[in-house]
Amino acid sequence: MITRRTAIAAGLAAPFVAQGKLGAQTPSRAETLLLVQEYGPNSLDMQGIGSSQPVNGVALNCYDRLLRFKPVPIPGGGGNTIAMGELEGELAESWQIASDGMSCTFKLRDATFHSGRKVTAADVKWSLDRACTIGGFATTQMNAGSLEKPEQFVVVDDKTFRVDFVRKDKMTLPNLAVTIPFVFDSELAIKNGGGDPHAKEWLKNNVAGSGAYKVESWKPGVETIYVRNDAWTSGKLPQLRRIIARDIASPSTRRALMERGDADVSYGLPPKDFKDLLDAGKVNVVGVPIPNGVWGCYLNTQVGPFKDVRLRQAVAWVMPYEKLLQASLFGRGVDMSGGPETPKVAWPQPFPYTSNVARAKALVDAAGGGFSTTLYFDAGNATVAEPMAVLIKEALGAIGITVEINKVPGANFRTEIAKKTNPMVLNRFAGWLDYPDYYLFWTMHGNNSIFNIAAYQNPELDKLIDAARFAPDKAAYEANVVDFIKLVNREVPMVPIAQPTHDVALQKAIGGYQFQPCREPDFRYLTKG
Amino acid sequence: MLRMIGGRLMTTIPSVIGVIIVTFLLTRVLPGDTAAYFAGPAATPQAIAEIRSKLGLDQPLPVQFVSYVTALAKGDLGQSLTTGQPVTADLAARLPASAELTLAGLLLAMSVALPLGVLAAVKQGSWIDHLCRVVATAGVSLPVFFTGLLLVYVFYFLLGWSPAPLGRLDVFASEPPRITGLFLIDSLLAGHFETFRAALAQLILPAVTLGIFSLAPITRMTRASMLAVLGADFVRTARASGLTNAKVIGTYAFRNAMLPVVTTLGMVFSFLLGANVLVEKVFAWPGVGSYAVEALIASDYAPIQGFVLTMAILYVVLNLLIDLLYGVIDPRVRLEG
Repeated sequence: MITRRTAIAAGLAAPFVAQGKLGAQTPSRAETLLLVQEYGPNSLDMQGIGSSQPVNGVALNCYDRLLRFKPVPIPGGGGNTIAMGELEGELAESWQIASDGMSCTFKLRDATFHSGRKVTAADVKWSLDRACTIGGFATTQMNAGSLEKPEQFVVVDDKTFRVDFVRKDKMTLPNLAVTIPFVFDSELAIKNGGGDPHAKEWLKNNVAGSGAYKVESWKPGVETIYVRNDAWTSGKLPQLRRIIARDIASPSTRRALMERGDADVSYGLPPKDFKDLLDAGKVNVVGVPIPNGVWGCYLNTQVGPFKDVRLRQAVAWVMPYEKLLQASLFGRGVDMSGGPETPKVAWPQPFPYTSNVARAKALVDAAGGGFSTTLYFDAGNATVAEPMAVLIKEALGAIGITVEINKVPGANFRTEIAKKTNPMVLNRFAGWLDYPDYYLFWTMHGNNSIFNIAAYQNPELDKLIDAARFAPDKAAYEANVVDFIKLVNREVPMVPIAQPTHDVALQKAIGGYQFQPCREPDFRYLTKG
Repeated sequence: MLRMIGGRLMTTIPSVIGVIIVTFLLTRVLPGDTAAYFAGPAATPQAIAEIRSKLGLDQPLPVQFVSYVTALAKGDLGQSLTTGQPVTADLAARLPASAELTLAGLLLAMSVALPLGVLAAVKQGSWIDHLCRVVATAGVSLPVFFTGLLLVYVFYFLLGWSPAPLGRLDVFASEPPRITGLFLIDSLLAGHFETFRAALAQLILPAVTLGIFSLAPITRMTRASMLAVLGADFVRTARASGLTNAKVIGTYAFRNAMLPVVTTLGMVFSFLLGANVLVEKVFAWPGVGSYAVEALIASDYAPIQGFVLTMAILYVVLNLLIDLLYGVIDPRVRLEG
């Protein structure tokens, strides 16, 4: 039977067939994937300053790291996710932690860069040194896994590389598998760097890696075309020979392309579109609850009414959790209410609060009665945050708190949250490394990072988080985690609302979906047909 | 004639200087911290400060302005942070896409609006006059992104007649060699008829969207202007001299009615460049409009300044062309100039 899709495919393939010999070399539609996304990379170098979210995708597919996260099946089916802490070698053929637990030695695989040069330990050192010293996000992320200074990275011989630990940190090895410590062809980079020891300008516009894909063409804001690196040896050779990633700003256009079968994969649609696509059943939608990710309402603990813990608890008791999940996320998330009194060792997890207006009202009355306040959110997240804000306003109105909603354009939102003076802020935060202490380190620790929107300061919590980060054993770690989650349960600097789902729409013919913590498409596992 | 062009150009210099100053100040006065935005996730205050000094944003405003103007004099519009490329290169790559779309929309609108307006004036009160009114009202009352989405829904999603709204070319087609940057012209020059067809197919829906939007002012102005001219003495004289109806309308009336229409066309063209922004979003058209909007959302100063400056220069050139066109249509204007 000739369906519309085969007809389109045949039509599209016709020019290649007609061209005979030339056609044989051009990847056909069956080996090409068309991905549509909201916006594309603004650089090809994820370690560079100001790299946007999609640059992670370039780092993931065009470069190799020493290690990668091991795929594990998504419980509901549809592909694979990763389990934090389960690692496999990418450039590393094997690795061995020293008996004192203070270093790790990597044996490198026989791999070659796109340029044809062999990958050596010197390249690994140059790349990790670069990530540690280049500043900005790359350096911050390296530090998150106690990878702090170049002296930690040692070239033993051409094929052997060692990382010395400054302290025992369970996040060190997983942090080597994220999209920051990837390995550059250092000779090529230095040669083209024009005197810049980091070759920033050149690497921004050129890929010098050993990864499974090369960038064939990159038109910022229009499209990025990847072609398979047939000489890739750091994993199973991908099935897809060519990936076309088009930037399509309008979500309705992306949805139409998916429904008509003209695009193979779409990232980043509003939750309602994903729900509709799922219900219609014409395309597959794979959703993974974002590890270490929560939509939360942050309550300022330093200035304004929410300095009073009773009022913070009142907000947690009055949130219309179920309504929020359905009306703003269209069910594409995990409810964060009604958890047990004694927390599990997990993050995020439901807090013990439920929607209980009487209890909330009593707390407000005890704290001196109603008042007016302001709720901020990022206009860039408006599809989800706006209905959320309206429902919260309505719910808080019932206990005498008048809320004024303030929608802040994306560029100003960062400025607003950096001020740490706003009483209530809705925000979604997701950490790459899936550990409770990691999340709290960014959002509630006394280091007061930009994401500690509640400006929460509590030496007791800091002590527990720090103890958990560098806990000597599993039992100590788990005890610390339970203690600090109990503490934030009680103190609620942030009311968790829902753990959102990371959704991707794929045509039925597309298989091998692989979720990564950086939340960018991993082309290496995808299959078609 | 040359003196007139020279004189007109001289008067534009102050406006260009004004545009440079105003855009510079506006982008700085607007809230939003570029450095905070680009420090990315998990930014520390120190990382933000580093970026600020790298971008030169820690300098006092006059210093920033001087370095901006100095660079501008060398034709350097700065770097875009959202695309990571020099703004000049970005604009050069994207301007032809916008120009092709806008011109196509304008031509389409003119080819419908001019005959419709003339007919409506000639047969005042007839069904064609009413049709003209309906078309004009409908066109102007539909927001352009709505028309765009509607057309995509009907002609792409439901009927499947139109290709996927994926920008200027289908993903499997390759670009023609770049000569003018306008795909329709370049593909013809290179003799790639397949590419021409593909580019034309992609262009139809967005051009129709823009065309519908700009139909109203052109039709109305043509009709009103024709009516005024048709009632004038010289038309009555021409008719009384026994000239054919076609001759009277085509040669005498239409030519004289064109002056206000040309003015309107200039205005419509400016409208269209603005309306482009939304149409480009819907059709994933890689033009300057969508580029500027993205930059604005990200507090990315350089592209906004570059965009506004380019547009200002474009308007200046456009106005100059219209002034010259007046002289061609009506020699009296030339004498006054």
